[in-house]
Amino acid sequence: MKPSAFEYLAPESCDEALAALAEHGDDAAVLAGGQSLIPMMNLRIAAPPVVIDIMRIGELRTIDRGEDWIEIGAGIRMAQAERESGVPLIERALQHVGHSAIRNAGTVCGSIAHADPAAELPAVLLALDGEVVLRSARGRRTVAADEFFNSYFTTAREPDELVVAVRIPATRRRVAFLEVTPRLGGSTGEFATVAVAAAAGRDDAGHLTSVSLAFAGVAERAIRAREAEAILVGAEPTRDAIADAAERAAGETDPPADVHAGPEYRRRLVRALTRRALEELASP
Amino acid sequence: MTAISLTVNGAAHELDVPPRMLLSDLLRDELGLTGTKIGCAMGACGACTVLVDDEPVRSCLMFAVQAHRRSVRTVEDLASPDGDLHPLQTALREHHGLQCGYCTPGMLMTITPLLESGQPLEPDAVREAIAGNLCRCTGYETIVDAVVEASRR
Repeated sequence: MKPSAFEYLAPESCDEALAALAEHGDDAAVLAGGQSLIPMMNLRIAAPPVVIDIMRIGELRTIDRGEDWIEIGAGIRMAQAERESGVPLIERALQHVGHSAIRNAGTVCGSIAHADPAAELPAVLLALDGEVVLRSARGRRTVAADEFFNSYFTTAREPDELVVAVRIPATRRRVAFLEVTPRLGGSTGEFATVAVAAAAGRDDAGHLTSVSLAFAGVAERAIRAREAEAILVGAEPTRDAIADAAERAAGETDPPADVHAGPEYRRRLVRALTRRALEELASP
Repeated sequence: MTAISLTVNGAAHELDVPPRMLLSDLLRDELGLTGTKIGCAMGACGACTVLVDDEPVRSCLMFAVQAHRRSVRTVEDLASPDGDLHPLQTALREHHGLQCGYCTPGMLMTITPLLESGQPLEPDAVREAIAGNLCRCTGYETIVDAVVEASRR
């Protein structure tokens, strides 16, 4: 047995889980699909004294579709979201997350709460102007994705809070998701060296009305390229405008170096992936 | 210790397990089902893949307590009780789709649900399906050949 010993709690209601989090706080780790937490526990990077398994909580296993929002509950596994979320950018991005066996277990909200800066879903939530719904024994709040992600594996979640859902605006925009990984040229399996999640609306004249360009793998958290987006809003997505925006996106990112790639190569990937994503959004 | 009940290869089990016991350790050490192999224990190699409620998952990335009230299927369930191999096992043998055999149980349990869907599989679909299962012996081509043929039988 590789993980260190822990006390296992398997609440069957949200209130029970929140009471356990209020009691144990920082000593507790929340277990959903376990595809990030359990490898860390196997390696003993994480050794939480208490593990709270939230997968027996029926009320978290829902996808709610409101008029303005789609809410994906913390019990929804990635494979199910891939089939049923009805959010095209999530469906596109999930094809790049782990392998199918990982997506059969791992959850959408788990990846958001884990906040790996090279993971796909935080960039997706950011591109879609999504929100994270948090509950604690003290109450409920929603936090915009941009406010939720702080740095490497750290978020605005307080120790007694549970990520109960992510909320995604139901606005219809065209989307693109492109990724380069160390193996397999961007197909399934690995975290992003660089990934771009893009969304854009068009008006009747063909001008871009809103543009989101979000990236994984280029900073200590998922980030938006706001200057590049600003170049494009209200503009016709011409070849020159796209090239300008791609250049700006590369200029406004300051990527880290690691074993897979240095900053200069990552910036080249930002430039190339941004251009390709925008071309896809601009295609008839 | 935590009390769990689960079904493994059709047989019901009631067990007391320490929460930190991984499903892979339960299968191998408690139930003696050593067909399931443990490679990396961090989800990268796919050797420990088993079916939980008919879907492939990494048994090294699941605590045994998470399998409570669920149904697990391992490589031991593929061949018939009288020893007749599953068509996929036969195809792997005929195509030399294994050498050391360490990755084979994970390969088999990853591919089995695809085969049981009854659709003929194209080589690219097989490559995509086994992208999360590492094999250091075969170079994969013989595995792909075997799966494609098994899907057409």
